[in-house]
Amino acid sequence: MAGFQVSNRTTGDRFTCQEGQSVLKAMEQRGLKCVPVGCRGGGCGFCKIQVLEGHFECGKMSRRHAPPEAVEKGEVLACRIYPLTDLIIECMPLPERTLAKQTTKLLR
Amino acid sequence: MKKGVMRPGHVQIRVLDMGEAIEHYTGLMGLIQTDRDDQGRVYLKAWSEVDKFSVVLREADEPGCDFMGFKVVDEEVLVQLEKDLVDYGVDVEQVPAEELKDCGRRVRFTVPSGHAFELYADKLYTGKWGLSSVNPEAWPRGLRGMKAVRFDHCLFYGPELAATYDVFVNVLGFDLVEQVLDPEGTRVAQFLTVSMKEHDVAFIHHEEKGKFHHVSFHLETWEDVLRAADLITMTDTSIDIGPTRHGLTHGKTIYFFDPSGNRNEVFCGGDYFYPDHKPVTWKTEELGKAIFYHDRALNERFMTVLT
Ligand code: FES
Ligand SMILES: [Fe+2]
Repeated sequence: MAGFQVSNRTTGDRFTCQEGQSVLKAMEQRGLKCVPVGCRGGGCGFCKIQVLEGHFECGKMSRRHAPPEAVEKGEVLACRIYPLTDLIIECMPLPERTLAKQTTKLLR
Repeated sequence: MKKGVMRPGHVQIRVLDMGEAIEHYTGLMGLIQTDRDDQGRVYLKAWSEVDKFSVVLREADEPGCDFMGFKVVDEEVLVQLEKDLVDYGVDVEQVPAEELKDCGRRVRFTVPSGHAFELYADKLYTGKWGLSSVNPEAWPRGLRGMKAVRFDHCLFYGPELAATYDVFVNVLGFDLVEQVLDPEGTRVAQFLTVSMKEHDVAFIHHEEKGKFHHVSFHLETWEDVLRAADLITMTDTSIDIGPTRHGLTHGKTIYFFDPSGNRNEVFCGGDYFYPDHKPVTWKTEELGKAIFYHDRALNERFMTVLT
């Protein structure tokens, strides 16, 4: 079978990610919404996930949202990781996103 | 009242990968690369602009906006506005001439929303790209992608809108064109101009300081906006929303992201402003319509995804 299987442990969703494709893009192509989609460019931190198992390559990510210590622990941006094996991922409660929700008055 | 600030002059944007950014801003947006400096910053302009550059890209490990600059009428005005800012209690920083190539000295300051702005009077006049100033043709040939006409405005997210308004309106002579008021009457969005355009800079309330929502470029027609949408798909560029119309300003627009996650807009149309116009007010109860006139519903990504 071509590609790698990505399983989201938080939501139970599973989808296939082609080689060289980002996890977020693979998810969007399947019409799933189990990871929040923001800029798709590693800049906004919206799509932050925790990789629990598996190997992947990283593209460039904002240091603010994916500092090297966090990347080390598998806390990465789904729009900028490219699986090398099957992956098990988990959604992250996003501090910046929760903050934005609470404080962007316009969204009330 | 006008105090000699003339127009948006430039914006410096941080990008994660310079190569990808150049391809995006030139190949897709249609800006023209005019220079590069020894810090590695890349200088770009849109074809109808008369000065050497309006967009500066800087490679960094976090995207966002370093500063936006406004051109003032002349050095005398620059001296006066610098004094007015200091008298008002704003800290100003001197940026020497040539820190940006072919740009005169700049006066930099940070407003209470946490965003850095600059005033300057001089920049190398290179004329419109590809056109003569005598008997010019309608437009230059050889433009790429969306053929952006000019750098138009920026929208910033941050706190302290009232104090930010005071600096722009009372010190720098901007006018309030449109606003959004919450049920208590607090202004949560302000669209400000120094020209006939419905905004030259805008702010939306947000708790975190200094956030960048988008940089916007002008196109001539709705057909051009639709063509921009086609190009976004052809290049598999990250789309945000559109093509659609805003309630605020009534501009016709599309939003997308550069490869580092900075939001871009291209738009056409929109209302105009004369100094005798009173501000237009939108209420937060109708915010969906104010932002997206057709959908009449807010979109979480548009409201909260920032760099
Ligand atoms: S969607 Fe913005 S960082 Fe991934
Ligand atoms: Fe805009």
